[in-house]
Amino acid sequence: MTNAIPQILPKSGFPRLIEALRAHHYRIVGPVVRDGALHWDEIAGVEDLPIGWQDTQQPGQYRLERTETTTWFGIVHGPDSIKRLTFVPREPLLTIERKAKKVTVTPQMPEPTPTALLGVRACDVAGLLVHDRIFLQGRYADPYYQVRRDALLVIAVNCTRAHKTCFCASMGTGPRAQSGYDLALTEFEDEFLVSVGSEKGREIIELLELPSASPAYQRQEQERIDACAASQVRGLQEQHRLPQGLYEVHEHPRWETVAHRCLACANCTMVCPTCFCHTVEDHPDLSHTRNERVRLWDSCFTPQHGMIHGKNFRPTIADRYRMWLTHKLASWIDQFGVSGCVGCGRCLTWCPVGIDLTEELHALMRENVDQATP
Amino acid sequence: MMLATTVSSNPFLIYPATIVARRQEAPDIVNLRLVLNDPLVRRRFRFHPGQFNMLSVMGVGEVAISIVSDPDEPEWLDHTIRLVGRVTRVIGRLEKGEVLGIRGPFGQGWPMDAARGYDVLVVTGGLGCAPVMGAIDYMFRRRSEYGTIKILHGVKTPQDLIYRERFDEWRSQPNTEVYLTSDEPGKTWHYHIGVVTELFDRVAVDPDRTVVMMCGPEIMMRVALGKLTHRGLRPDRMYVSLERRMECGIGLCGHCQMGPYFLCHDGPVMRLDRILPWLGKRGI
Ligand SMILES: Cc1cc2nc3c(=O)[nH]c(=O)nc-3n(C[C@H](O)[C@H](O)[C@H](O)COP(=O)(O)OP(=O)(O)OC[C@H]3O[C@@H](n4cnc5c(N)ncnc54)[C@H](O)[C@@H]3O)c2cc1C
Ligand code: SF4
Ligand code: SF4
Ligand code: FES
Repeated sequence: MTNAIPQILPKSGFPRLIEALRAHHYRIVGPVVRDGALHWDEIAGVEDLPIGWQDTQQPGQYRLERTETTTWFGIVHGPDSIKRLTFVPREPLLTIERKAKKVTVTPQMPEPTPTALLGVRACDVAGLLVHDRIFLQGRYADPYYQVRRDALLVIAVNCTRAHKTCFCASMGTGPRAQSGYDLALTEFEDEFLVSVGSEKGREIIELLELPSASPAYQRQEQERIDACAASQVRGLQEQHRLPQGLYEVHEHPRWETVAHRCLACANCTMVCPTCFCHTVEDHPDLSHTRNERVRLWDSCFTPQHGMIHGKNFRPTIADRYRMWLTHKLASWIDQFGVSGCVGCGRCLTWCPVGIDLTEELHALMRENVDQATP
Repeated sequence: MMLATTVSSNPFLIYPATIVARRQEAPDIVNLRLVLNDPLVRRRFRFHPGQFNMLSVMGVGEVAISIVSDPDEPEWLDHTIRLVGRVTRVIGRLEKGEVLGIRGPFGQGWPMDAARGYDVLVVTGGLGCAPVMGAIDYMFRRRSEYGTIKILHGVKTPQDLIYRERFDEWRSQPNTEVYLTSDEPGKTWHYHIGVVTELFDRVAVDPDRTVVMMCGPEIMMRVALGKLTHRGLRPDRMYVSLERRMECGIGLCGHCQMGPYFLCHDGPVMRLDRILPWLGKRGI
């Protein structure tokens, strides 16, 4: 299906795509600029897109600016990955009511409006597929995630501009969306190339009766995406030695070095499209007869994450940073068959002190090679 | 590998269960016998020794507690609970007739099938290893199916020994040896003094026909397993019960990770050869 010939959607015809989505009862959520960053929010139409805006990202730095260009999807991404639409930061799970000695338990199933997510980057599509493995394809399927996931139509945007923090090319997740999208767009000056990734996507695009892109046009698209990949300055090296390579450096002094810089603020885990840790809390009403059990995002950087009664398994920041990096890049592979990193670069950008996981991995693994070959 | 039938397709759903019996074992330990209120759920509930339930107190929270009753009588769910913190202290105040929430059973239990026909060496250290007590009871109820049972139990101080009568009862059984030790001496303590690993020198084990079940601090287990390996026991016949923070019990919340494993579903009982690289390592 993904091999089908892409079609040309002129920017002037974009409202027709929006109409087609509406005709299929989708609300449209797209990138919007708010509080100096890009966020996901409902949009009424093209006019709500951050046209002409661009971001620059560096470790520890994020800046938005208006440019002379008329690019629609000029901002690569913001701190919000799309995970907050399916793995929501606060999910009510159950209502538990008690009357005398009778206890009634009612699941609080979400009833999401069907949502077309417009402008999802390849890295975030890959992140969504990672979450599908965790929440849907494991031993227990999470019905709350399932309901939200089923309501989603993913319209990806292939990247033609990368940041210094991006390394999707080395992770094999981008800059072109690989799979898991319904439609994928590549932006040109006056039009988009649209690729169909699913039957749901096909049904929408068929309504528009668009012309096919010529082979020359398709080549041009590939060149732009290739150039984006080639421009990426970072990469995750030594992947072939994972997961084992990282298990072996458990005692490496680098963990202490990075712990001196790390603030254990948990930003990296909040912005990461794949981190899934959560905690469950009971929120009783004042009379203690009605209780809501909610799921909230958690992070392995909190002191409680490794705590049991009378003991903390990861008392130091070095322990927690090692937990994070080792889980992301190594044990995740054992657990779910894929890396926990999709190379979006958010954890570099949104780290207040600019810690770069590619650099940390490199330092840990390189010095291990040095040690191993005296 | 799915060990037992889970009763719901919404794994977060809790099922009300009534406390039908309650026994105060010690000032900070209670035994609760729970019966699921819904007859259909009750009939479908099956578990293995070493598996656990998530017990809920409405408005307070959920905790992982092993099921220690007999799996052949799955309509009764016995739990031995040490009252240590926020949730367990509230559980400790509940009376007979009150209602708790149950999700479960979860996790991989003890190798009761693999151990059948073998001698079993049970080693426990530290405070109340409830999960291993369930396994011992299981074997005594089917005594002829297992070889010699040797129980080595270590405590820090003599006051930490609970279930003294149960150890005495087991000691009196044929084909059974019980060794107790305390790190510190005490007036009423007429057993060994020293750490539990010292007891190994007193027990004879046949490496070719022994299965080991162990529970306690990881450092203690590491030392103990080292000694046993040295005596020729096979790592794939030794099992340990492990503990990490647990919140969901279903491999989704991320808290119970130990290296590549989620102890809530790959454990809490793990075969030694799988977990050895991580056992007792700092920061794991
Ligand atoms: C597989 C398994 C089986 C267990 N079986 C038993 C048993 O049979 N009897 C018994 O008394 N205890 C058992 N425990 C320990 C029991 O779960 C904790 O004592 C209990 O969670 C403490 O909760 P709290 O709210 O009272 O304490 P707090 O210290 O207030 O704990 C707060 C939260 O931390 C987590 N937590 C704290 N301690 C532990 C711990 N030791 N293990 C896992 N999570 C913890 C829980 O999520 C808990 O809700 C078991 C633990 C595990 C992992
Ligand atoms: S670890 Fe960092 S770069 Fe990798 S997916 Fe998460 S936020 Fe993106
Ligand atoms: S890296 Fe940390 S926060 Fe992210 S999923 Fe793993 S344990 Fe959870
Ligand atoms: S207890 Fe939540 S993942 Fe194991």
